[in-house]
Amino acid sequence: MAKITFDGVEVEVPDGTTILNAARQIGGSIVPPAMCYYTPLKGSGGKCRACLVRVAAGSAKDPRPMPKLVASCVTPVQDGMVVENTTSEQVLNVRKGIVEMLLINHPLDCPVCDQAGECDLQNFAFEHGVSTTRYQEERRTFEKIDIGPLIQLHMTRCILCYRCVYTANQITDNRVHGVLGRGDAAEIGTYIENIIDNDFSGNVIDVCPVGALTDKTFRFKQRVWFTKPVNAHRDCPKCSGNVVLWYKGKDVLRTTARKDQYGEVKEWICNECRFEKKETSDWTIEGPAHIDRSSVISANHYELPVLNQSVIADLPESTQRDLEKNPPLKLGN
Amino acid sequence: MGRKLLTEHINVEGIDTLEVYRKHGGYRSVEKALKTMTPDEVVEEVKKSGLRGRGGAGFPTGMKWSFLAKPEGVPRYLVCNADESEPGTFKDRQLMSKLPHLLIEGMITSSYALGANTSYIYIRGELLYVLRILEKAIAEAYAAGFLGKNILGSGYDLDLHVHPGGGAYICGEETALLESLEGKRGNPRNKPPFPAVQGLYARPTVVNNVESIAAVPVIVNEGGDEYAKIGVGRSTGTKLISACGHLNKPGIYEIELGLPVEEFIYSDEYCGGIWKGRDLKAVVAGGSSVPILPKELILKTAAGENRLMTYESLSDGGFVTGTMLGSGGFIAMDETTCIVRNTWNFSRFYHHESCGQCSPCREGTGWMEKVLHRLEHGHGHMEDIDLLVSVAKQIEGNTICPLGEAAAWPVAAAVRHFRHEFEWHATHAKEAAQPGAVYRPSGVLV
Repeated sequence: MAKITFDGVEVEVPDGTTILNAARQIGGSIVPPAMCYYTPLKGSGGKCRACLVRVAAGSAKDPRPMPKLVASCVTPVQDGMVVENTTSEQVLNVRKGIVEMLLINHPLDCPVCDQAGECDLQNFAFEHGVSTTRYQEERRTFEKIDIGPLIQLHMTRCILCYRCVYTANQITDNRVHGVLGRGDAAEIGTYIENIIDNDFSGNVIDVCPVGALTDKTFRFKQRVWFTKPVNAHRDCPKCSGNVVLWYKGKDVLRTTARKDQYGEVKEWICNECRFEKKETSDWTIEGPAHIDRSSVISANHYELPVLNQSVIADLPESTQRDLEKNPPLKLGN
Repeated sequence: MGRKLLTEHINVEGIDTLEVYRKHGGYRSVEKALKTMTPDEVVEEVKKSGLRGRGGAGFPTGMKWSFLAKPEGVPRYLVCNADESEPGTFKDRQLMSKLPHLLIEGMITSSYALGANTSYIYIRGELLYVLRILEKAIAEAYAAGFLGKNILGSGYDLDLHVHPGGGAYICGEETALLESLEGKRGNPRNKPPFPAVQGLYARPTVVNNVESIAAVPVIVNEGGDEYAKIGVGRSTGTKLISACGHLNKPGIYEIELGLPVEEFIYSDEYCGGIWKGRDLKAVVAGGSSVPILPKELILKTAAGENRLMTYESLSDGGFVTGTMLGSGGFIAMDETTCIVRNTWNFSRFYHHESCGQCSPCREGTGWMEKVLHRLEHGHGHMEDIDLLVSVAKQIEGNTICPLGEAAAWPVAAAVRHFRHEFEWHATHAKEAAQPGAVYRPSGVLV
């Protein structure tokens, strides 16, 4: 076990844990943002530099500070390490710079982007960025590409996090897409117009932090915040069958995997569950899906509010009885 | 005349053949090391020699070797970084094409010291003709029993392979080089783990520059202490400097570290002064990625001392008034050079060569290039100058590998020392956009 101090909070984690995951154990607003790191994908992280933190003391043995900011998602903790994230002015300034860099070649047209409302880059820029741009040059643009009948790739929006590449490598048996070219001309592509065709290919849509890979069965049908997420499951021979259905009225508009509070997929789902089962009768409904992160999706939510005991005691008796029958969900459920 | 340790016999007819090379004392270090020394003794000699990495960073080679993890039953690798592609640096190419056996001898002795039984020379893909020279030399070494099983009856086995790169500057970064050698896309790795613990095929690996490895036979033959007598302070031995630009005698010179910069530029033994009788304006002392210095600061330090060709003296004053010895790519510019245009040219190179893996470098290198292009072509504004400095600062230190810094330093340094030229480009856009226009305090030179 290693004990580290993160933004003044002490936490003890197993050896080999990354700084980011140690911070996630503390939770709350001090957790560094991550645009490319994805816990279920081995080898991911270190690329976007959004999670850079300052190591003020390397370890108990060698308490010198690290000379450069380090990527918290790939740097393992050392016993006695002291890390500064929100308490370091330098880190916050660099993070502003990272937002700027990620946005200079990203179109600022969220109103017409299908990912808006559940976009990691949108959240990241909103929380850490500045509201003006210093970039005057032409932005890099690409034509939209259909990679298979179910997924559309729009490279213009891509931030080259490599998550989809790792996903295809690690959960499908055959990766046909990858990164071509280099520098700011690098692009995700299926070499010579291949199509991505396997049972788990749809997961690349879930891992994409931006609107570069989108679900063609859902594209532009509805803004995500007008849909209601509902947990559901079915007996699926290929995957766990645990999904979130996104309803508008009584129609299932799309199906996604369940994600945790950091937007990471809990269980991969197969393409049959994702693209084909779009009737309520295909599923066993569990209840409203809880969205932890502050998001427009949480607005107009079916979920009952989380109330503490003192509030409940002040409610009329009839309401209290109702609440006992249908207890409110607790955070994290 | 300084001593020549590496290039003494470089002009001997047929020195690229094993026979002639042996006649001039070749492969003595292999015999000495394998027959009379333990691997640790070789490492000890290299440590004593004070040899510092000749690829640019200047990290002590002996110390790097002693960091190599040595778990039981796990192979270790020595990889020679011959992916020399820094603009202004062309010393390794010459060394390998003229003296292939020197590198092979160094590889054998170094591999023995590190306990590696398979070693690789990762050579820049464009140097295909050098690769052929090396392969021919390796075949000769195999035939003579210097490579293969049971070398010289010592029981030590070594296989040496040459592997060409695919034409990417980034593959000169050691972890990108290892990725490329493994057959993957040449993206630098996140560190830790460092190559000394998990390098090639996740095994402990040492990556050394060609010139560092070529210095090992000399150190083993003459002894580390003897080698350390050459040079000044912690900069020991000799260094190949590839001098180019507006010099009377550009070329590759082996110098003893500690030579005054002024002597190197102006003496007839070395570069012979600035061409066409012109005045020196600026020097990039260690390959395109190190900060550029104006004439006053390259000849004398800010404290008024003579600047010497050593790691310490060149970096005296930090980046405010100093630079780095780097890989020894010495680029001299005369008074007719436009610094803005030159900086744009460097910046274009880094924009083209960024691997695109991490965001500050992928986006920032392109941004800097575009702003510099604008300034050079008469569309710039005064704000652009501070913008350049700010973008360079946003890249520096925040990237996975040092390419980010390599791209940011030249831009930041050019603005630092030649700000008036950038300002002139912004205020006199029309004149600046003329081909060949150069700012001079006395007026424009077109």
